[in-house]
Amino acid sequence: MSKRTFVGICFVPLAVLVAAFFLLPMARLIVTGATGAEGFRAYAAILLDSRYRATLLNTVSLAAATTIATLIIATISGLFLQRHRFPGHALLVAMLTFPLAFPGVVVGFMIILLAGRQGLLGDLTLRLFGTKEVFAYSLQGLFLGYLYFSIPRVILTVMAAVEKLDPSLEEAARALGAGPWRVVRDVVLPALTPAFIASGAIAFATAMGAFGTAFTLATDVAVLPMLIYTEFTLSANIALAAALSVGLGLVTWAILALARSYGGTSVAAAG
Amino acid sequence: MRDRLIFAAQLLFTVLVAAFLIVPAVLSMLAGVTLNYFRGIQSGLTLQWVMQVWQLYADTIFRSFLIAFAALAVTLIVGIPAAYALHLRNDRLSRVIEEVITLPLAIPGLALALALLLAYGGFSDFRRSWLFILAGHAVFTLPFMVRSVMAVFGAIDVKTLDEGAASLGASPWRRFRDVIVPNAAPGILAGSLMVVTLSLGEFNLTWMLHTPLTKTLPVGLADSYASMRLEVASAYTLVFFVMIVPLLVAMQIFTGYRRGPAVLPR
Repeated sequence: MSKRTFVGICFVPLAVLVAAFFLLPMARLIVTGATGAEGFRAYAAILLDSRYRATLLNTVSLAAATTIATLIIATISGLFLQRHRFPGHALLVAMLTFPLAFPGVVVGFMIILLAGRQGLLGDLTLRLFGTKEVFAYSLQGLFLGYLYFSIPRVILTVMAAVEKLDPSLEEAARALGAGPWRVVRDVVLPALTPAFIASGAIAFATAMGAFGTAFTLATDVAVLPMLIYTEFTLSANIALAAALSVGLGLVTWAILALARSYGGTSVAAAG
Repeated sequence: MRDRLIFAAQLLFTVLVAAFLIVPAVLSMLAGVTLNYFRGIQSGLTLQWVMQVWQLYADTIFRSFLIAFAALAVTLIVGIPAAYALHLRNDRLSRVIEEVITLPLAIPGLALALALLLAYGGFSDFRRSWLFILAGHAVFTLPFMVRSVMAVFGAIDVKTLDEGAASLGASPWRRFRDVIVPNAAPGILAGSLMVVTLSLGEFNLTWMLHTPLTKTLPVGLADSYASMRLEVASAYTLVFFVMIVPLLVAMQIFTGYRRGPAVLPR
């Protein structure tokens, strides 16, 4: 057997698995999206129908807010953790990255424990102000959940980027008389921009496609993955669910492609 | 003085962020062994909720392990040869293939699950068995195996090793088995840990693909969050943590994944 043949054989299991359980089903999904009463125009309905457009807007705003808040938090903590070593440093890093492997449902439950009916925050506000704050099942709760699963992955990227910064640039800026805030604003932050774009895009795409967290919190805030789920299971509107998920898939894929062109080495969707 | 103040402020901020992530996890572990969470820890510690979870959901735990190890077997059989072939070819076609097998990570699990349901929902025996869930998990975890193994091939000189063995008269299959696979061991280990961890925690796909008889642990978790008392849901989550933490620790030890390129998807 020649080497060429052997390399060819190496591709066979891959071709079978990917064709049968990915390419064929995806083709079916795209075609099904166009089998509704309106055909391929169903795809346009995502943007034109006011109800779906409102959901899309909700989802995009929530994902954008999550991304911005996560980037700010991760930059402050990531810069700090990469620049300082102190007792308990490793523990702090471990605590910040531990939730990386939590499924979206577990993240939702964490928010319930924090801000749900028997939650810690409700307990605290009851003792301090006499009113029980319960917001796990509202937009704020959902936002908190998205923040919960975004922070660990963005912090890792920011820390890795900070590690690669050239310290002599900052020393030069300092030698030229720049204060610590100016060094951060004019030297550190610009140098971290590619990392911000890459990790921000990953956070955004993950938030767009997150299902488990929204499912557990069962909020009345409509987000796109929940809409797809209810259209499919409750309304049996299969064509629309297919069209919506193809649309969502295209958006997350495009954003992650952007992330990769800025050096984000990995992709992550779901939640 | 000002530096110390900035340091203290940043430390306080970071500790608060860590608390936001860790406190609920600790609360859930405590709630899982507390007699009555509403009355607090002073109501006493108990394992009765863990026992109840075992009675109610033991099958989901076994099934999750079954699917995770089956997914591992599939990704090993499919992924290692594929990584080898992709590395050797290293042309435009191989980059297209790489892009295609990475796609399941870039699109939401919900879309992939819908696609599988539309394509295979009619084959009722397949639809009803755990193999249906396995199909989704295998497609979803495969890119992690392929990339981990390819990362090792990129770091060692596979071509020279391969050609050296060939010049000694070894057949392609023997070279693959005796030279390529042993040299790829670190990547295979890293990929395996990721595949098992991801499969055990996978929810988005599985929720759509499962039937009442093929529930996995995360599906059972969602179930218990919606319908069980907080203590039982917490005890179940505790069981999940106990399963997942050793895998995370192993990943940190063997792959240093904290700094590595692979960010786990959820």
